[in-house]
Amino acid sequence: MAKDVAVIGVGQTYFVRGYEGSIRELAFEAFREAMQDANLTAKDVDASIFCSAPEYDKQRSPAGVLAEYLGLVPQPTFYVETVCSSSTVGVKIGYSMIKAGLHDIVVVCGFQKMSEITSAESQERMGRGGDIQWEAPFGTMMPAYYALYAQAYLAKNGLTLDDLRDVRVKAATYGQINERAVYRKGVKPEDFDPKNPDAKMAGPVASPLRVGDCCANADGASCIILANAEKAKIFQKKPVWILGIGAASEVVNMAARPDFSKGIQVAKAAANVAYKMAGVGPKDINVAEVHDCFTIAEIMAYEGLGFAPEGDGKSLIREKATYKEGKIPVNVDGGLLSKGHPIGATGGSQIRTIVLQLRDEAGPMQVKDPQIGLNHNIGGVGLYGNVTIFGRD
Amino acid sequence: MGFDKFGRKSFTSFTKTGKFVDLLAEGKVEGTVCKQCGAKYFPPRADCAQCLSKEMDWFELPKKGTLETFTTAMYAPFGFEADAPYTMAVVDFGGGIKAFARLSKDFSEPKIGMDVTVRPLKYDDGQVTFEIAKA
Repeated sequence: MAKDVAVIGVGQTYFVRGYEGSIRELAFEAFREAMQDANLTAKDVDASIFCSAPEYDKQRSPAGVLAEYLGLVPQPTFYVETVCSSSTVGVKIGYSMIKAGLHDIVVVCGFQKMSEITSAESQERMGRGGDIQWEAPFGTMMPAYYALYAQAYLAKNGLTLDDLRDVRVKAATYGQINERAVYRKGVKPEDFDPKNPDAKMAGPVASPLRVGDCCANADGASCIILANAEKAKIFQKKPVWILGIGAASEVVNMAARPDFSKGIQVAKAAANVAYKMAGVGPKDINVAEVHDCFTIAEIMAYEGLGFAPEGDGKSLIREKATYKEGKIPVNVDGGLLSKGHPIGATGGSQIRTIVLQLRDEAGPMQVKDPQIGLNHNIGGVGLYGNVTIFGRD
Repeated sequence: MGFDKFGRKSFTSFTKTGKFVDLLAEGKVEGTVCKQCGAKYFPPRADCAQCLSKEMDWFELPKKGTLETFTTAMYAPFGFEADAPYTMAVVDFGGGIKAFARLSKDFSEPKIGMDVTVRPLKYDDGQVTFEIAKA
């Protein structure tokens, strides 16, 4: 459990619909907060990494423009992309650069301005995050891809639509107390009742997933500042250390995927690596952020991370074990479901939540005295799996 | 035929497996099999990831598989709006061969595990694809 690389600064914008500014201004908001958090000036930063999913805004090669606006020129900068897990992968690369001795302090900034295009265009972009040669020609989109997993999983494992509803109810419990979330309202079980004419969550999207099973698009940015041990001690009273990093990939084409009823497998592979590196296991995790782009994804994450046995993720939501007071609090910031999912910013936002938790600075969302936190961030339809484990000083 | 003919709307102009589209026009849904090591691929590949060979043959998909999973999309992405709702599914033919496609329009009450087949489909605008039908 080496303490070589720490998070010394975190920042995140409000996640909103229709941000009234450009991507450089959006990124700056998160950057400013993270820099102030770590008491840094631009000359302290040795390199920057920018992360987003392409084709939402029109800027090609955004790293140059953003580095200039953040005042990080002439330091080296580049761009990283793994769709929804872009900024977690950015953190992994920043970690590697510091660990290799190339740099002392690295800024990782994730951003996404999804409102530059329409919702249907956004679905088309996400669909093209899958296989454009053999699948996009059928009219694929992200909810339908996850629904393929949900349909098979529900049929085999006794998970019900009410369980999925309860995942959303939990997310909304915390979305209400997270002022940075795009969806601040509460969600009640009757909001999913198709017999209720005012049921705002019940409308079908891609069977069996309903409106309430899907996270919201949002505009937002996140910023994570990493440092080696020497600089961490200078700039941050409460450094949070990266203890383990695991990553894995899955075949992209649905026709080559293993058994759908077993859920997304890539998290398991990534978690095994991260647990081993950190020298901890699922039972040691005190607080977790998981990639709940859809309600079913959170249930599958419970299993992929070893919080529940395979096929029994439902027990955790039924027992309220993943609530703030439960044995393994998950997404107590509202998750992607309530916080919103500005693709390139999401991983950094999750990491910020874990860092604030481990510093006891999470305000109303604070879990009691957590020592070890975990982040699970998935890119595409279980295509890129990333699990990162953090510990306090 | 260019690969821009494939599917409701193609995003790829050329592929070395472009013959797939010609085979669809002939009424066949085929994958590729490596001449050197025998690895089978669907959708087809021009190169074998198992043994690095580029010598591939074509093989016809089995006539019958089972429906592994499906979803009915009520909304469609940009460019596909006129088709919604439509159902997409995965067929398992066994032996590691699966196919992803839409269900035929007249496919009623899909159920996981039911017997299904795949068949070519030609749209009115000349695009060609394949779809899943009851076996």
